[in-house]
Amino acid sequence: MSAHSSDPSQALDAILQRHGRDPTRLLQILIDAQDIEGWLPAPLLTRIAGALVLPRARVEGVAGFYSFLHTRPVGRYRVLFSDNITDRMLGNAELLDALCRKLWIEPGHLSEDGLVSVTTTSCTGLCDQGPAMLVNGRAIGQLSHRRINEIAELIRQQRPLDLWPTEYFQVDDNIRRRDALLGLDMAPGAALQAAVARGRDGWLAEMQASNLRGRGGAGFATAVKWASAKNAPGAPKVVVCNADEGEPGTFKDRVLLNSFADLVFEGMSLAAWAVGASQGFLYLRGEYRYLRPQLEAVLARRRAAGLLGKAILGQAGFDFDIDIHLGAGAYVCGEESALIESLEGKRGTPRIRPPFPVTKGYLGRPTVVNNVETLAKTCLIALGGGEAFAATGTAQSAGTKLLSISGDCASPGIYEYPFGVPISRVLEDCGASDTQAVQVGGASGICLAGYEFQRRIAYEDVPTAGAFMIFDGTRDLFEVARAFVHFFAHESCGFCTPCRVGTALLKGFMDKLADGHGAQADLADIDWLDRLLKNASHCGLGSAAPNPVIDTLQKFRPAYERRLVSLDFEPAFDLDAALAEARQLTGRDDHCAHLKTHEEEEK
Amino acid sequence: MTKQFLLDGQPVPFDDGQTILEAARKAGHYIPSLCWNKDFPPHGSCKLCVVKAAGRHVSACATPAKEGWEVESNTPEINGERRALLQMLFVEGNHFCPSCEKSGNCELQALAYEYEVLTPRFRHFFPDRPVDASHPDVLLDFNRCIFCELCVRASREIDGKSVFALTGRGIGKHLVVNAESGRLGDTDFAATDAAARICPVGVILPKGKGFAVPIGERVFDVATIRSKTLKESS
Ligand SMILES: Cc1cc2nc3c(=O)[nH]c(=O)nc-3n(C[C@H](O)[C@H](O)[C@H](O)COP(=O)(O)O)c2cc1C
Ligand code: SF4
Ligand code: SF4
Ligand code: FES
Ligand code: FES
Repeated sequence: MSAHSSDPSQALDAILQRHGRDPTRLLQILIDAQDIEGWLPAPLLTRIAGALVLPRARVEGVAGFYSFLHTRPVGRYRVLFSDNITDRMLGNAELLDALCRKLWIEPGHLSEDGLVSVTTTSCTGLCDQGPAMLVNGRAIGQLSHRRINEIAELIRQQRPLDLWPTEYFQVDDNIRRRDALLGLDMAPGAALQAAVARGRDGWLAEMQASNLRGRGGAGFATAVKWASAKNAPGAPKVVVCNADEGEPGTFKDRVLLNSFADLVFEGMSLAAWAVGASQGFLYLRGEYRYLRPQLEAVLARRRAAGLLGKAILGQAGFDFDIDIHLGAGAYVCGEESALIESLEGKRGTPRIRPPFPVTKGYLGRPTVVNNVETLAKTCLIALGGGEAFAATGTAQSAGTKLLSISGDCASPGIYEYPFGVPISRVLEDCGASDTQAVQVGGASGICLAGYEFQRRIAYEDVPTAGAFMIFDGTRDLFEVARAFVHFFAHESCGFCTPCRVGTALLKGFMDKLADGHGAQADLADIDWLDRLLKNASHCGLGSAAPNPVIDTLQKFRPAYERRLVSLDFEPAFDLDAALAEARQLTGRDDHCAHLKTHEEEEK
Repeated sequence: MTKQFLLDGQPVPFDDGQTILEAARKAGHYIPSLCWNKDFPPHGSCKLCVVKAAGRHVSACATPAKEGWEVESNTPEINGERRALLQMLFVEGNHFCPSCEKSGNCELQALAYEYEVLTPRFRHFFPDRPVDASHPDVLLDFNRCIFCELCVRASREIDGKSVFALTGRGIGKHLVVNAESGRLGDTDFAATDAAARICPVGVILPKGKGFAVPIGERVFDVATIRSKTLKESS
């Protein structure tokens, strides 16, 4: 919101100054510059381009990529309803309509006085306390009709956000089950001390013995990644903590950053020690911007304690510091090479791989990208040794996993389990009943039906980045899949043909079915698109986009077939409905003013 | 001995670092492309060059060849995928070939003939993309853009101007020019720029020179894109 009363051009100069007019900080500059007027007017982009000596078109290219950057005016109060399936199940659509009615505005449109705009955004990571929204970037959960009424009133009164009731902005951790990681009470620096005592190689050997695998989704062996970056030529080396957490239904990194930030930063330092890195980034998703001040405070404390900076713990040559970079509403920036592009101030388009980031990452330097949870886990290994870590979990999945549980259950929140835990046990612990399906691993994960609840959470069985969304017998799995398809279409970066066009087409097919115009032929086309997306996409977003449809078509096919009109082909277009306006204008409604549909003709 | 891989069962020699696409074409085997151009590093966006290498789909233009690989390209499965990708490119833009100045010289159109695209197959998006006629010598018809970024790259790397860039994302991605007004006439673009001649489809068109070569005598009227490409890469 435009809290700045000062001259906008002075405000911009201060921002440019703060970022050293560094073109690699373009995204950070745009995020800050947007705070001046709430959006990015064309002349502002021109000025930024001039100051950074970048082509203006490139600046416009970046500004247009991120959904939290606005090149058109938005409300002084910008309300974004989180639109994950779990928010939908908790009635977010009704709340959005209620708020719009109260404020006399239409969803997606700016009010005439420029006061407020209301629309939706992808999952904001508050699924355990939804329905949720962001107001000018600040998260509010547990929305109810009552709260919506109050918010409408506060907006009408133009009350500054800082004067809104503080309990609105309270985000709970909701930790329900603790194991090794969440039960750890570590003095900052203890793990780093232990690793430094072992020497760089000794520490990497412990990591190798631990069999730790990445918790961000792909499950790559962490020690192998670190060793590659260590052995790759080029300097200074870089460690990136991936805190983009965009996978719908995932919120465990939010909790780690909120209450275990020391473990996360210590993990980054442990990685830096192993690979010889001197530069660190925490890439924080824009939705978690509210965590930034407290994270900066932790960093400052660690600097003061000699755990960041030069000659860390007295080791000559162990220099490492961490900078926080914000994302701005782009799920694809969780993909490591897109994340690196974004860190360099560019559009978040995934790179061609190879080369992989471990050899050519940030600014072409060897770069380790690890998930928040992966890095936190390395503290356990430094403290207790690799073998002890490897002894827990299952053969191919050492250690524990944090699950972000939401949807139809009594106690949504964070649950830490050793790998190998059966789905049924998790369902029991969180108080789920009459469970029809569980979506494990988010929109790009796997949808499990009842007959699969004996399967186990582990890389070798049901792998997951942590999302665990529960659907009971009252839920419609077609609508679940449709919500995820909408998500992927919204989040496709648009770089490659199959994903850019394919996700939009798939969305069209799902909407056609939802509108009651589906035919058997559409299911065949959906199958075909699914395969093309899987095969030909440039990155994991496109290849995972069809997963929810593939799974639900296979396991819950009646949810689709129910929606088909029993024809081989049915146009998406309703000829008769298209004439409605003409009928209204001419005041006719006789049968000659109607076009027959096939079915009626057959009768 | 030189290294080789098998393309649809036939041995193809390659040098270290050479991509599947380059090696194949050099040896006289056609793999299609749209966003690839020999003067630039691979882009990897159109996916027309998709092949199956050792059982996995990869972009031939961006994947270095490997000794002993078995690569499938001219198969019903892969050609079917290429046809679908072409259909996707057609429906996401507005392509009215009969009234397009580029018709007959257009690589998208030529590939559609090559891969027997007989129907649009998918629903049309009919996007609203106004043309830009502000420049005295060059017309921009965004309706036909396939986002290969060749103009972006040529303007930046050859002309040293950066007249073009992409903005938006997903299906809303679109081309913009380097001016606050958004008009090509307000940039330093010139008809003599490399970027003015590189567009594989009919977006960047010279003004005042319509239909100089009659339909029927144009590049792909007299040679298929396959034969033309192979001739150029041998
Ligand atoms: C579309 C897409 C989104 C991703 N989002 C995330 C994310 O939000 N957080 C994350 O840690 N990894 C994400 N990943 C995985 C990363 O590319 C990468 O594998 C991971 O950060 C590596 O860390 P790890 O080895 O510690 O798991 C995503 C991958 C794709 C393809
Ligand atoms: S698969 Fe989708 S997200 Fe990934 S590069 Fe292609 S368009 Fe972008
Ligand atoms: S205008 Fe032409 S060259 Fe430029 S991106 Fe579009 S299709 Fe490619
Ligand atoms: S030619 Fe290979 S992706 Fe376009
Ligand atoms: S004929 Fe291909 S773009 Fe005009």
